[in-house]
Amino acid sequence: MKSLLARGSELASSKEQLKILTEVSEKLNLPSFSAKLKEAGLFPLRPTGVDILQVNVGKLCNQTCRHCHVDAGPDRREIMTRETMQECLVALATPGVTTLDITGGAPEMNPNFRWFVEEASKFGKKIMIRCNLTILLAGEKYRDLPEFFAEHKVEVVSSLPYFQKRRTDAQRGEGVFDRSIEALRKLNSLGYGIANSGLVLNLVYNPVGAFLAGGQSTLENDFKKELKQVHDVQFNSLFALTNMPISRFLESLLENGNIDAYLEKLVTAFNPVAATGVMCRNTLSVGWDGSLYDCDFNQMLDMKIEGTVSKISEFNKSVLDSREILLHQHCYGCTAGAGSSCGGSIA
Amino acid sequence: MAQETTYYKPEDLKKFGNIGEFEPDLAKKFFDYYGSVFADGALSAKEKSLIALAVAHVVQCPYCIDAYTTDTLEKGATEEQLWEAIHVGAAIRSGSTLVHSVQALNKVKELGV
Repeated sequence: MKSLLARGSELASSKEQLKILTEVSEKLNLPSFSAKLKEAGLFPLRPTGVDILQVNVGKLCNQTCRHCHVDAGPDRREIMTRETMQECLVALATPGVTTLDITGGAPEMNPNFRWFVEEASKFGKKIMIRCNLTILLAGEKYRDLPEFFAEHKVEVVSSLPYFQKRRTDAQRGEGVFDRSIEALRKLNSLGYGIANSGLVLNLVYNPVGAFLAGGQSTLENDFKKELKQVHDVQFNSLFALTNMPISRFLESLLENGNIDAYLEKLVTAFNPVAATGVMCRNTLSVGWDGSLYDCDFNQMLDMKIEGTVSKISEFNKSVLDSREILLHQHCYGCTAGAGSSCGGSIA
Repeated sequence: MAQETTYYKPEDLKKFGNIGEFEPDLAKKFFDYYGSVFADGALSAKEKSLIALAVAHVVQCPYCIDAYTTDTLEKGATEEQLWEAIHVGAAIRSGSTLVHSVQALNKVKELGV
């Protein structure tokens, strides 16, 4: 499968995606997300502080997953330069910024990825890598990445949509499940995911279809039991994430006629408790070209942050801490049910 | 069959909460009870959802089948678990039919056949 962009799909345009979300909401008479926050006394939504710098180092990926909100794939060419990474490192050095969360695409495919991690590790702050697992088996160039992660004590966060092959492959591509298991075994062999090893391996679950993620702790128990018993694989925690109705997941919702029901479900499941803990309140998202966003989803919808600071080169924590977070209908995805963030359930 | 010609309309499921329009007190009691029944207890919420899916098939409630197919998936159930639950319902239903044949057997014998 090619990316929406490579296929020339209208949905490659963020404006088109926002237009669809607006039109569906109006048709169904759904309240705006801002109105819902007003009801909950949370509008305007402001940060609690920039603790996490989430850096998207590019849209290039070895996979083309059906639900990808980035529209990443082998045909994407957007990639962060070393100069922009250097600017991210300056921001990371700021007191109060505790974590560097590296994402993509497959971030490991950025030619400066290892340099970035090596430099970032000198600050002694937490470094997370959003790894799709299969990249670890994608050729000699990547084979020693698990050792590289371990050497720099990088926390690995890996997508695994389900503990069985059928659903995982349906979402992420044929053969992805088997290769993911092989990669997980390799990470386990180095101590990743093993209790008290100091090497953290967390998995990310997201529903393979137009439904929400249920109870995270039940899912974590199921994943742990199945992966250990059937595949002899271990991990630390499971993060249950809701699929955002944007980009390629929006495409699948439109194709199978589930867009109305899904959006309605997200709105019905709005949880004000989850809304108080949404990730945009403590995270700043950096795009491949250094532009700043409130979250990775706003980034993909080209909703740049408001205010005087617009690029990572202009990073100013006190200015950013007092900004107003931009909202649209997709934000319901983070506040439905138990909520959803890059760290899993919120409420 | 076109949707307009059937009594069952998928969008009616969303109106379930409106049953209290004319009798709010009893509806509230029902929904409170319903919520308690499906909470985690000696059985997990996921196990209860699978039981509900089986019962939904036995009582042939299209709304319940829609709701509990989604609910079991949301709670992380596998396709195997869904279909095993449905077969449990089917087995009880067919078993309950067949066990009544003992009455027919008794009657046959009573009639001296």
